[in-house]
Amino acid sequence: MMKHKKKEPLFRISKSGFVPLHKAWAIRIGALLLALVVCAFIIYSIIKLNPLKVYGTMFQGAFGTNKRMWVTIRDTMMLLCIGLGLAPAFKMRFWNIGAEGQVLVGGIASAACMIYLRGKMSSTAVLPIMFVCSMLAGAIWGFIPGYFKAKYGTNETLFTLMMNYIAIQLTSYFVALWENPYGSNTVGVINSRDKFGWFPPIFGQMYGLNVIIVLVLVVFIYIYLNYTKQGFEISVVGDSENTAKYCGIDVKRVIIRTMIISGAICGIAGFLAVAGAGHTISVSTAGGRGFTTIIVAWMAKFNSFVMVLFSALLVFLEKGAMEIASRYQLSDYVSNMIIGIILFFILGSEFFINFKVRLRQRYAKDKSQ
Amino acid sequence: MRKEPYLEQNVAIRMVDITKRFADVVANNKINLEIRFGEILALLGENGSGKTTLMNMLSGIYMQDSGAIYVNGERITIKDPHDAYNLHIGMIHQHFKLVEVLTAAENIILGLNESRLINLKNVREQVKKICERYGFVVDPDKKVYDMSVSEKQTLEIVKVLYRGADILILDEPTAVLTPQETDKLFVVMRNMKADGKSIVIITHKLHEVMEISDRVAVLRKGEYIGDVPTSETDPQKLTNMMVGRSVTLNIDRPDPIDPKESLVVKNLGVKDINGVSKLENVSFTAYTGEILGIAGISGCGQKELLESIAGLHKLEPGSSIMFYPRGNKEEGEDLAGQSPIDIKHKGVHLAFVPEDRLGMGLVGNMNIPDNMMLKCYDQGKSPFTNQKKPRQQAIEIIRDLEVVTPGLRTPIRRLSGGNVQKILVGREIASDPYLLMTAYAVRGLDINTSYTIYRLLNEQKEKGTAVIYVGEDLDVLLELCDRILVLCSGRVSGIVDGRTAKKEEVGLLMTHFKEETA
Repeated sequence: MMKHKKKEPLFRISKSGFVPLHKAWAIRIGALLLALVVCAFIIYSIIKLNPLKVYGTMFQGAFGTNKRMWVTIRDTMMLLCIGLGLAPAFKMRFWNIGAEGQVLVGGIASAACMIYLRGKMSSTAVLPIMFVCSMLAGAIWGFIPGYFKAKYGTNETLFTLMMNYIAIQLTSYFVALWENPYGSNTVGVINSRDKFGWFPPIFGQMYGLNVIIVLVLVVFIYIYLNYTKQGFEISVVGDSENTAKYCGIDVKRVIIRTMIISGAICGIAGFLAVAGAGHTISVSTAGGRGFTTIIVAWMAKFNSFVMVLFSALLVFLEKGAMEIASRYQLSDYVSNMIIGIILFFILGSEFFINFKVRLRQRYAKDKSQ
Repeated sequence: MRKEPYLEQNVAIRMVDITKRFADVVANNKINLEIRFGEILALLGENGSGKTTLMNMLSGIYMQDSGAIYVNGERITIKDPHDAYNLHIGMIHQHFKLVEVLTAAENIILGLNESRLINLKNVREQVKKICERYGFVVDPDKKVYDMSVSEKQTLEIVKVLYRGADILILDEPTAVLTPQETDKLFVVMRNMKADGKSIVIITHKLHEVMEISDRVAVLRKGEYIGDVPTSETDPQKLTNMMVGRSVTLNIDRPDPIDPKESLVVKNLGVKDINGVSKLENVSFTAYTGEILGIAGISGCGQKELLESIAGLHKLEPGSSIMFYPRGNKEEGEDLAGQSPIDIKHKGVHLAFVPEDRLGMGLVGNMNIPDNMMLKCYDQGKSPFTNQKKPRQQAIEIIRDLEVVTPGLRTPIRRLSGGNVQKILVGREIASDPYLLMTAYAVRGLDINTSYTIYRLLNEQKEKGTAVIYVGEDLDVLLELCDRILVLCSGRVSGIVDGRTAKKEEVGLLMTHFKEETA
């Protein structure tokens, strides 16, 4: 019977209990440093470059000149805005992966205003109208999956994903409709001569308005999620629908309302992309950001101020990687690899915050009493 | 084979200095336990004292952080349930691990890879042999979903015997059984013991320990307190070991003062989403200043009954739930067909402690003040939540009910079951209810907290609240409640007086429906 004498497994993983905040951040920063070391090793051994110089180049790519810095800020704001839109939905455990589409329809609404209202009012008067229209367009795009989820219990992940494709097709249609110049198959820069519907420079900064709008939203979402009754309802529904029903929350209403808000904010991001950045509309206006921001919203645990940090980090990595790719004439894959390694370590650090890993211990000498 | 110095003739398993931690909680702290051949060992301890954790390390569910396990004198490592089977250790868990759509025989051989071909005929033969030997009744071709709880449990036992277990561990086996079924189980256990098997029964019911076991080992808060031969001890001594100080085991039952009709339920019917009837023709009256107990085997409709009154189910036509606040006939409200929101806005002071504490009554990821807020967050016109009042309430409950928590900001899922329940009951009572409904209010709680809960219920009763208490421990129901309503598959099989009824009588009503026409 007793042929049984197995060794303990090599690794043992157990949940760690309460981790103090400073320790958690120490682990995160440690992970970032470790990522840089691993990247340095790869850069040095594979592409034979000085890693410190490469990191310097990355920094230059993102902040090297005034213009670059503002582009980085603009893109950060864009990413952040979408992340703010996702936060209420995700907090409700509603997997809205349709930000891409919600941004696009918001963009279409803005572009339509720029094209059809031109000459009918002043450029400053049209901006609020564009703002409202993109918000409404996004809200509708959020309302539809929210309504079906609440009413028929459809799967929101598939639904919002499909809504993206509809939005992309819609955009193609409008691009064909507004084609300019004829035959180019693009809309071109809208109103490039009189800049009708463009964001005016604020304090001499072209993207000043983007920053203001998004920072206001940061504060708004923070207060909304943490200090309002509606925000409280979102947390309860997200955690347990049964509890919500038990304490008299109208779950269906909360789902629909939250998706309208989520979609509306993504719609505003579309407005920023068209009126405040690209001044054009194309199927790549959202550019995959609707998916990238899922990482931002999750890593920040829906805290809008922490989201600022993570969106800045992602944009910094993206700009830096582009710069090293062009400066050292490397293929995109190398820079993507570096981004990948850094993200892997940062996301992986969460595992070491939530779990303890223990190596196999030798049996203590069998003690005989 | 090197012999360990521990090897004694009659010791099957010895656990030495076993420690197991879960995050910040030490579930087992340096526990030493021996299981002897051919004995029934009762592992006694309050909920959360680490009994199940300790046994799970024998059955391969967990691995100890430190300490050693010796089987027949040899040090071994149990990494997974397969290792446990190879060592002839079998555990019957509280939550059955059976596949509902398979038959008994199929469940028995599930996971065994003796050979590629499955010979069900052989299995049936062997199952039959086991049954005859110990006095089980198992139909090998019955599907698990057709089985009663007691049949499922029998199947679990046969399953581990089929796999050759010599050491059987039963985790709270009687929790789901009626008194009659418990007697049958004990007969089988004695047969197995006579056959030389070692049996460990995990329990916190003292009279069962006295009835079935040869030896008792007591755990308290993850520590090993000691073991005694059952013949040399009594329930009071065991309780003192278990709780760590002397406790009186009597529950108060003040006489109801001026009872008036408070809740009159008539012809209540509820169907689940599949159209299966969960409650049928349920009629009863709850009075002010009285505790009405509700008894029944699990799944016989107690949960649905309370949830229907709270407005969480769609009722069948003809159902009527008349509610008279404080027995006042003029203010009667029909709660049938009202949603929880309607009930809340009507100002009907209805408090409900649901069975699923963290899944329905509370939100595990929120802290105590936020959980207080669940009940009152929408008061007032401001779009912002009032965070002061719930905070104040949280501080009061922590102080009055002695809730142990690291702080106000700790999410309550990190607290122990007893503390979570205190928060829930505390919140519901703080709303000054006219009707208080509790489902399994003391499930999983230690003795001390259970008695706190009984005291709180009695306080409410004396204040003139109508209290409905759904419980699973018949002894408690018979000690605490003024009247006991017994449900049997969704119908009322009888209402008995708590002061005069016998346990066997209630047990019988739980399983047999008395035809009213007879």
